[in-house]
Amino acid sequence: MTPDLLARLNAARAAKRPVALLTRLPDGAQMLFPEDSLPEALAAEAAAALRADKARNVSLDGETWFIHPHNPPLRLIVVGAVHIAQALVPMAATLGYAVTVVDPRRAFATEERLGSQVAISGDWPDEAMTALGPDSRTAVVTLTHDPKLDDPALEVALRSPAFYIGCLGSRRTHAKRLERLREAGLTEAELEKIHAPVGLDIGAITAPEIAVSILAQIVESRRGAASETARGPKSEKQ
Amino acid sequence: MSAESEDILATAAAWRAAGEDVAIATVVETWGSSPRPAGSRLVVTASGRMEGSVSGGCIEGAVADVARQTMQNGTPQLLDFGISDDRAWEVGLACGGKLKVFVEKLG
Repeated sequence: MTPDLLARLNAARAAKRPVALLTRLPDGAQMLFPEDSLPEALAAEAAAALRADKARNVSLDGETWFIHPHNPPLRLIVVGAVHIAQALVPMAATLGYAVTVVDPRRAFATEERLGSQVAISGDWPDEAMTALGPDSRTAVVTLTHDPKLDDPALEVALRSPAFYIGCLGSRRTHAKRLERLREAGLTEAELEKIHAPVGLDIGAITAPEIAVSILAQIVESRRGAASETARGPKSEKQ
Repeated sequence: MSAESEDILATAAAWRAAGEDVAIATVVETWGSSPRPAGSRLVVTASGRMEGSVSGGCIEGAVADVARQTMQNGTPQLLDFGISDDRAWEVGLACGGKLKVFVEKLG
């Protein structure tokens, strides 16, 4: 790899632009998609690798290319700078998520409580959520327990392509939440996207344990289907 | 393809900027129960620094040896490791997986 190509690759990553590195095997000729001009078929494979977020080998005109997608980090938007958020933020960062915590209550949303790895928004949750624009690589978790804060965030998030939406609260709390959101005009299909009570049922009690159960469910949402078809039910061996 | 690979690439650039000879090894294909997915990277320097991984620690030493050759002669190499390969036994890919690793010089 030339230092110039590495610089371009790192610049794209720093700017959070999705790019794919194409390497011809075995001689190591390289190109960057979509910045460099590629044969159409190769460009289509590179775009597909980025969508699937999975590296692949393709053979084209007698040449083998290794296509290595580099997508921007997955995002996690947490509504509520509460105790569980304090446990969730560093764990999510370790998993490679870019984390934003939304909480208009200034006393809660401080770097002192959440650490420096996180972006903090003090806007009202619907405004913050609209500005953040959850996409198909974004997970959203609401933790405030307070309908005034959680609901406006959900009204935006549920209409977005976010791949995971989880809400803290008991079954009873959730039933009331569904009633309110229905009244607010959300469809049943949109409401079905909510994971509640949030997290896998592993009997979590403490804040870090609840954070683990939430992140496990997020990982399952993202990887679960792929792991069952491609690798069998067992998770990746370490 | 998470933050991990980004950090490794940033490290590679930083080491090179600091005047080190650097090589990048990338898992390009796997079969069976390989420990690290395609796209996993290991970055090594001539001075012996190392970051990232291409296996669960089984073949990093062998890959680093090849990386040093690649740094000297500039020729990229495509390495095969697998259960059917004597070399895999030698370097201890005990998981029974098979993988291909591409090693290239940064330069």
